[in-house]
Amino acid sequence: MTVGLVHYLVVAAALFSLGLFTVLTRRNAVAILMGVELILNAANVNFAAFSRFTAQNVGGQVMALFGIVLAAAEACVALAIVLAVFRTFRSVDVNDTDKLRG
Amino acid sequence: MELHPFPYLFLIPLFPLLGAVVNGLFGARLQRRMGKNAVHALAIAMPWASFAVAATAFATLAGLSGESAVHQSLWPWFSIGQFNADMAFSMDRLSGVMTLIVTFVGSLIHVYSTGYMHDEQSYWRFFAYLNLFMFAMLVLVLGDSFLTMFVGWEGVGLCSYLLISFWYKDSKNAAAGMKAFVVNRVGDAGFLIGLALLIWALFPENLTGLSFREVQEVVTNPAVRDRLLSSEVFGVGLVSLICVLFFVGATGKSAQIPLYVWLPDAMAGPTPVSALIHAATMVTAGVYMVARLNFLFALSPAAMTVVATVGALTAIFAATIGLFQYDIKKVLAYSTVSQLGFMFMAVGVGAYWVGIFHLMTHAFFKACLFLGAGSVIMGCHHEQDMRHMGGLSKLMPVTAITYLLACFAIAGFPFFSGFFSKDEILWKVFDTGNLLLPGGGKLLWLLGALAAVCTSFYMFRSYYLTFSGAYRGHGYPHESPRSVTFVLSILGILSVVGGYVGLPILWGLPNWFEHWLEPVFEPSAPFILSAGGTHATEWTLMLASVGIALAGFLAARWLYKGAANPVPARLLSSPNPALRFVHRLVFNKYYVDEAYQAAFVRKSLDLSRVLYRFDQGVIDFIVNACGTVSRFFSAIQGWIDYRLVDGMVNGVATLMVTGGRVLKVTQTGRIQSYVYGIMGGAIALVVAAWWLY
Repeated sequence: MTVGLVHYLVVAAALFSLGLFTVLTRRNAVAILMGVELILNAANVNFAAFSRFTAQNVGGQVMALFGIVLAAAEACVALAIVLAVFRTFRSVDVNDTDKLRG
Repeated sequence: MELHPFPYLFLIPLFPLLGAVVNGLFGARLQRRMGKNAVHALAIAMPWASFAVAATAFATLAGLSGESAVHQSLWPWFSIGQFNADMAFSMDRLSGVMTLIVTFVGSLIHVYSTGYMHDEQSYWRFFAYLNLFMFAMLVLVLGDSFLTMFVGWEGVGLCSYLLISFWYKDSKNAAAGMKAFVVNRVGDAGFLIGLALLIWALFPENLTGLSFREVQEVVTNPAVRDRLLSSEVFGVGLVSLICVLFFVGATGKSAQIPLYVWLPDAMAGPTPVSALIHAATMVTAGVYMVARLNFLFALSPAAMTVVATVGALTAIFAATIGLFQYDIKKVLAYSTVSQLGFMFMAVGVGAYWVGIFHLMTHAFFKACLFLGAGSVIMGCHHEQDMRHMGGLSKLMPVTAITYLLACFAIAGFPFFSGFFSKDEILWKVFDTGNLLLPGGGKLLWLLGALAAVCTSFYMFRSYYLTFSGAYRGHGYPHESPRSVTFVLSILGILSVVGGYVGLPILWGLPNWFEHWLEPVFEPSAPFILSAGGTHATEWTLMLASVGIALAGFLAARWLYKGAANPVPARLLSSPNPALRFVHRLVFNKYYVDEAYQAAFVRKSLDLSRVLYRFDQGVIDFIVNACGTVSRFFSAIQGWIDYRLVDGMVNGVATLMVTGGRVLKVTQTGRIQSYVYGIMGGAIALVVAAWWLY
């Protein structure tokens, strides 16, 4: 059995689902950021897979690299925000940070 | 007629205007800061400056030919088609004489006023008005056209009103001012209608302007004259109608029957005003106007008859009222009306120069009399009733002598100024061939002679009541200040010698005055006819004049000298009903004021009451109805605005508020709930895409 496109997509979908589940269920802001990392990496896997199997060029793989860099930048900014949130609310529980409620 | 440019003519009216403006605007402050001297220094300097310029202009005029005039055109006023009206002044021989009289007598009276008005609070206001009057009068006299003249004509009316009611806090004075103004308006209406009619009559003749010169040129053209004389309006000769209407204007300004009633009441004003405006200058404007329009009046024997008859009737009518007055100013007021009647007799029979001559001598002696009366009133602590005077000749010698001189002049004693002018008037009236009355002017002569007897009588009556016998009033009379006696002396001297410029030709002496004015009255000269009286008649009449003056004088002396004769008192208390009736009739001024009150004043008040009712009932009803209707419609509109427009606006706002309240539930502030939303949306999009395609 050769490993085809579908296998990659299934893995990426699993990654995405796990990430989404984490984002939706965890209260800890840092844990949510981890979920977001999983979702981003699911997208990167898809880029690489589609690049390898359908496009026949490396454009998608380069895009995946960009996605990794982006994820790093995002993690950096998000963690800084979490730090600021913690300073203000003395907590990283996202349920406590509902100041913008209507 | 040739015009000689004289660029300083405008200064003559300008100087008094300047004085009036400065004193009118800054007088109160000037008086507070620098005292009354500053106020009257300016106010007196201005008329004298005018007099100086006028004298220069007069001298220039004397060097020119008879028909010429010194002239200055200031600016074009307006023009309609071919018709141009300039604001222009010109001084011909007639207006030159008038200007000199006005500026000279006016300046003297300004000097006199400093003494008379000395204790007055609003000193500055008095002098501002007086200067304004001088301005208006000089515009009237120097005005080159009917329109410019009319500006001055109205201006002097205004100043007269302002000065009569100078002490406006007393309602009697305010009413007198109003009466003068309203009565003058009646006359002015005549003037205006006459002017309009004249323009209408001359417009087809290519009239290019309304200056006296242009109108005269058109009218003296024989073709035009014939056309004018043959045309009629409403069955009356056109020229006669125009002249009579102008004369109505003159009766208002110059206090002739039937519009004389304002002048006696005008004595409510300060005495210098009575002397200047209501004796020497303004009231003679009508005489001046008729003389100015001699080329028109001479064409219509009917108009001349009207003028002369009204003049004669006024002369005798006012003179008889003067016989029984006790207020010294009232005597002089009626005397003025009477003397103006004499002037109109003269201009009515075409003896224009005599009318102007009498105007001049009258200005001297009547100003002297009025100012003397003012001096007496001042000396007697504001007493005007002659019954409370007497014996003043010892206490006020200068006033007494000048008053006596002026009395001789007005009574017409030989060698006094009034003799020459009045005798000439009576002779011209007797000898005229222009009147349409039976017997020519003989009847009017008789009226004039009677009036002259009365004049002589009441003037000397006033002299003896005031100055002879013992003092009957309260307090201690005193002679007036030097400013007053100085002016009185000058006018007293002029009352004597003022007539020597017009000595009778009958005596073989030169009559400079007639000679001087002859060119001005040239266009009317061919129409003035004489009845052909001989020198013998003229001598007889002159003797009669002397007799008239003497008769009045002797009667007054016999009855009133020293208040010693019991006859006047006995006559006044006589039970004889006829005598009582006559006295009451004359003493109450023939009830003319009462008749006017009943005929015009009360009728106008009735009319105004009717109009008031109309105003209240009809006009107010319409206005109120309009109000009600618009209130009704605006109520509807208000309802629409309130319910519909506001409803929509509020509805939008309510929608926003409600929507916001509903939707704000979704904004929980929790990140995860938003992510649920995003996920749900994504799933919904996928499902929709799958379901649709």
